[in-house]
Amino acid sequence: MIELENVAYSYGDGELLADVSVVLAPGSFHFLTGPSGAGKTTILNLCTGILSPTSGRARAFGADFAALDRDDMALIRRRIGIVHQDCRFLDHLSVAENIALPLTVAGRGREAQHGQDLQELMAWCGLTDRANARPPELSGGERQRAALARAVIMSPDVILADEPTGNVDWEMSQRLLTLLVQLNQMGKTILIATHDLNLIRAAKSQIQTRVLRIAGRRLQLAGAAL
Amino acid sequence: MIRAWFLRIVLGDAQADRIVPPSGHTALLTLFASGAMAFLAVFALALSVASTRLSDRWATELAGSATLRIAGQGDARAEQTARALEILSQTPGIARARALSEEEQTALLAPWFGAGLPVETLPLPQLVEIIADDPPYDLTGLRLRLEAEVPDAVLDDHGRWREPLVAAAGSLWRVGMLSLLLIGGTMAAMITLAAYAALSANAQVISVLRLVGAQDTYIAGAFVRRFTLRALFGAILGTALGVGVLLLMPSAGPVDSVLSGLGFSGAGWLWLLVIPILAAAVAMFATMAAARARLRSLS
Repeated sequence: MIELENVAYSYGDGELLADVSVVLAPGSFHFLTGPSGAGKTTILNLCTGILSPTSGRARAFGADFAALDRDDMALIRRRIGIVHQDCRFLDHLSVAENIALPLTVAGRGREAQHGQDLQELMAWCGLTDRANARPPELSGGERQRAALARAVIMSPDVILADEPTGNVDWEMSQRLLTLLVQLNQMGKTILIATHDLNLIRAAKSQIQTRVLRIAGRRLQLAGAAL
Repeated sequence: MIRAWFLRIVLGDAQADRIVPPSGHTALLTLFASGAMAFLAVFALALSVASTRLSDRWATELAGSATLRIAGQGDARAEQTARALEILSQTPGIARARALSEEEQTALLAPWFGAGLPVETLPLPQLVEIIADDPPYDLTGLRLRLEAEVPDAVLDDHGRWREPLVAAAGSLWRVGMLSLLLIGGTMAAMITLAAYAALSANAQVISVLRLVGAQDTYIAGAFVRRFTLRALFGAILGTALGVGVLLLMPSAGPVDSVLSGLGFSGAGWLWLLVIPILAAAVAMFATMAAARARLRSLS
């Protein structure tokens, strides 16, 4: 579904990642872990085409990112839900409008305004009461849940989350994990970048997951020590 | 696809309009630039229309008439005048010809010498007004016959006056058109800068839109529609103000000149509708170009 093949990535003169290969198979649940600055966010950005590899190939749904123009890349991104650590909302829009943004930009504005799915999704994320609030008015947990709701509203095939529990307490992180596990059980492919080992352990107790660790610029499959 | 995109620009999409946050300074700049340029365009267009109108009038009115000037005094001049009128009456292509009376000649000189001029004391020629028919007379043939039979007569077909006037009116028309082009170019440049500034100020918004799968045409469309509507509104205001000033300009009555005739008449007023439409078109294409360039650089 998403594949990185012998990918390297450099910032300026320094090489951050080397010879990274990974395949996110349909319906799989992966964690990506490693120390801060190791390149977790960079790998997520390579998986979505936000960054282009210095060498190697990145593919999604059979399409090589290097061969796509910006508009084709946009169509690919509609099939990938992304949750950033800082959530990245449009602060002049309401929470409901932000969650519905993928529908709006895909020309499905009527669904975005009146759709039952939006109401159900907001209820699923526990944000019904905050629909008309502006993003700066939300708590950390509410922001993460809103970002997750936005990531899944188009019913994407893949969900990539960058430290989704980084700014929330343990109870809220469990709630977010539950939402992600439910999505995986619906057949969605999940990749979560995190350094929260407790979150990984909690997930492993519920579903089968694979843990990838970045060490020495390379990606390794983590062992049972986790 | 282009048709669908154009319809979306014209008809709008309330939700797409909201994805770009309102930006005060670029909105004001676009409104002011399009308003000011439309105001100037009204006068450039008025100049062009007035010069075309005057050129046409001078060309048709003066081309249809000629003046025969017969020098000399007393009976000799009267005889030559009578002979000239006879020749003119026999010449095909002349609708009518008549000798001007002393009162009419005095009236012609009045603007330069004042009323009460003692015409009889001056060695003035006799003037004969010739009105051409359609088709007109053969100028060269008439001139040769008059030279042979009325030696003191000089035929003036007004070409010496008409041609420079028509050429001057043509130059004024070209100046008006060049002004319109410069106004359009300046407006395009200002709106491009404003659109570029708005796109740069909204780099984060664009990043989020791309993150959720927005295509460049969608992002550009949101900016293009906003700038096009602002330019249209500003141009309507500027045109209305220009028309108001035109209407307040003093009229010189029956005297015909470029300055006193600056304005529109009849269906000519409809030309003014072109200004807001052109302003909106200029804004649309300028913003499209700016958006395309900025979105490419932000990728």
